[in-house]
Amino acid sequence: MKAAEALAMMPYARYLGVEVRKSDSGRVFVLPFREDLVGNRWLPALHGGVVGAFLELVATGELFTQTEPGRVPKPIDFSVDFLRSAGPRPTQGKATIVKHGRRIANVRVIAWQTDENKPVAAGTGNFLL
Amino acid sequence: MSREREPKRADAAGKTYALGAFFGEGRNEVIDPIPHAAALGIKVVRIEAGDATLRLDYRPEFVGDPSRGLVFGGVITTLMDQALGVAVSCGLEDLRPIATLDLRIDYLRPADPGKSLFARAQCYKVTRHVAFARAVAYDGAEDDPFANCMATFMLGTAMQGSEYVSALQEFARKTE
Repeated sequence: MKAAEALAMMPYARYLGVEVRKSDSGRVFVLPFREDLVGNRWLPALHGGVVGAFLELVATGELFTQTEPGRVPKPIDFSVDFLRSAGPRPTQGKATIVKHGRRIANVRVIAWQTDENKPVAAGTGNFLL
Repeated sequence: MSREREPKRADAAGKTYALGAFFGEGRNEVIDPIPHAAALGIKVVRIEAGDATLRLDYRPEFVGDPSRGLVFGGVITTLMDQALGVAVSCGLEDLRPIATLDLRIDYLRPADPGKSLFARAQCYKVTRHVAFARAVAYDGAEDDPFANCMATFMLGTAMQGSEYVSALQEFARKTE
């Protein structure tokens, strides 16, 4: 399945407005900024939960491209490191499938805003296929 | 400010808490200023010292697996992060900015489609710069959780006179 089709299928991905683009370095997911995604309105900064949820969506979207149609990867666990506050601008994310086994996939995700070398968050998770 | 605030709430050990004025049931003033929590409709069930329970009612747009109507894991992450943040803020003796440093969530089972989701977070250790907290999420009994979470938070410098403090003090005054 294509990543864009996977996102279109998930109501929560549509709610966040997550899109997918092709870049020179591979598939990039984009979370557009919206005022109602803010957690700290005095900074302002995106809600930590939104950043974590975006990482999980990027991991899931990437996995869908490697999974047989009709099968939904089920999350077993997910871990998020918050590295910088995410400001009022679009956030981008890229996933690496570290291992794609018969039953389990391990995925790493990184999210950044203006500079890919200055990530706002990193995540890793295991999924049941 | 001319009015004297009520004395801060003291627990059994005689500690006072910066957000003690908000302890109790349904004290939504603590999360009302958080745009995304308000957008999702997150509600406070109960707040005590370092202990917060929040509720998120099911909405179709939270679904990640439409074939089974299951709420997306990231929505549960948001509810957990919010509950953890409230538990940590409400476990501090002075008002400080906090920021989630890391968070790990275990999805023990899918949440039942259509049910309200609850998260109870407890801050079990506070050091000079870091607070440690854990949480469970449940859709029925608290001892039958569908997700478990561990998190750490960075603690900032105690605030006086910031917009956040002013906003919370304003909420506190309104609810006295």
